[in-house]
Amino acid sequence: MIEVKEIRKSFGEHEVLKGIDASFYKGKTNLIIGQSGSGKTVFLKSLVGLHEIDSGEIEYDGTALGGLNRKDRKSLRTEMGMVFQGNALFDSLTIEENVTFALSMFSEMSAAEKKDRADFCLERVNLPGVNQKFPSELSGGMQKRVAIARAISMNPNYLFCDEPNSGLDPKTAIVIDQLLQEITQEFEMTTVINTHDMNSVIEIGDHIIFIKDGKKAWQGTGEEILSTDNTEIVDFVYSSELFKKIRRKL
Amino acid sequence: MQNYSYFRDMFFSKWIESLGKYMVLLGRTFRRPENGKMYYKAFLSDLDLLGINSLGIVAVISLFVGAVVTIQTAFNLDDPLIPDYYIAIATRESIVLEFSPTIISLILAGKVGSNIASTLGSMRVSEQIDALEVMGVNPASYLIAPKIAALAFFNPILIIISMALGLVGGYLASIGGVMSAEDYIYGLTVDFNAYHITYALIKTFVFAFLIVSISAYFGFYVRGGAIEVGINATKAVVSSSVAIIVSNYMLTQVLLV
Repeated sequence: MIEVKEIRKSFGEHEVLKGIDASFYKGKTNLIIGQSGSGKTVFLKSLVGLHEIDSGEIEYDGTALGGLNRKDRKSLRTEMGMVFQGNALFDSLTIEENVTFALSMFSEMSAAEKKDRADFCLERVNLPGVNQKFPSELSGGMQKRVAIARAISMNPNYLFCDEPNSGLDPKTAIVIDQLLQEITQEFEMTTVINTHDMNSVIEIGDHIIFIKDGKKAWQGTGEEILSTDNTEIVDFVYSSELFKKIRRKL
Repeated sequence: MQNYSYFRDMFFSKWIESLGKYMVLLGRTFRRPENGKMYYKAFLSDLDLLGINSLGIVAVISLFVGAVVTIQTAFNLDDPLIPDYYIAIATRESIVLEFSPTIISLILAGKVGSNIASTLGSMRVSEQIDALEVMGVNPASYLIAPKIAALAFFNPILIIISMALGLVGGYLASIGGVMSAEDYIYGLTVDFNAYHITYALIKTFVFAFLIVSISAYFGFYVRGGAIEVGINATKAVVSSSVAIIVSNYMLTQVLLV
């Protein structure tokens, strides 16, 4: 479980996160939603420590991130996996080298064991047989799956995904969503996903936090989001004609 | 006048900030590696990319510049009172003291520096550096330390090869009609001071460090996209070239005077 207490983050004069409290639960797909520019990515990057927060506290299963020394922070990071918006695959390495990179860096596994692990992770994301290809030889959806395989290679306790569906067609986006939900439950991870894809919200949103202008404006489940009367979330969710129709039918 | 002092203060505060960030980056670069084997692999790959791949250009430039230096020196020393072997002495000193260590390093600042800055810059804007950080890898150390080690190790070898080929170029020019081969070879050995080689190698080592660390700094802190990567690659080449020229003066003052 990850607990966030009153975190604030500014860039120069501009305050992006204005005191957010949130909890993210183990074995659940926790979603952060909000408009572009609402502070979602800054929030997610603050959670993993890529941005140093100005104030507040982030706790990983009771351990405060801010109180950790360099060594302990490094050790905590080996328990994290992250899927970046643009995948961030190492483009000069093969798919297998990408997936086993953290294992090569931090484990004592033999080459055969690492290959087995890479095969397992790639099969888990339904992408067998691409070990020796380079990222540029794969489609966007396949690259996303490799990024997920890399993120789970170290058996992380915490999985973070920044806009995992961006740039994907609706069908592939659903496959990625389902995959993320399945592995979250299978490996009992605390998964935090940044998205503005309403389909993801309804399909896999076990626990949702809505951020507006750097503040938490609402929280609830995928079912509650469709019936809530909170005007801010209603404005966000039903901004498209399709969802307005759905609301009328509900 | 007020505007002048405003821009002066801005310039100095930016410069001091950049120097501070550069020092912080160096501090992160020289932290203990997470895994020696992975760093060694990166070192070998960088040795090939930054060092061995530069052999061709260094060889061609050294050979031709050595020949040109010999011809120009002969042209300027065209006096019956000056023995021909003085041309070889002047060629040797020009190549060993200045051309090979400094000019070749400036050429490498262009070739290697832009490569490092654009590679790291692309990795930054495509979030690959963030990905390393989230994995628990120290990206500064993993991406920069092997490059510094590779160039600091190979640059002196490259410069020795450049010196040898520069002198061979001079020899080829001399037998092409400038002077006799015997005079040229005799001139290369007269009053030879081995310390000049040591001086050149010390310079080379320092230049290698400056080229990699400055270029890495500009690549590592890129913000934006492809255009900013290009801008920073140019800044990397310009800044490392200036650093080479300034440190060349300082090292010469310390080591030769």
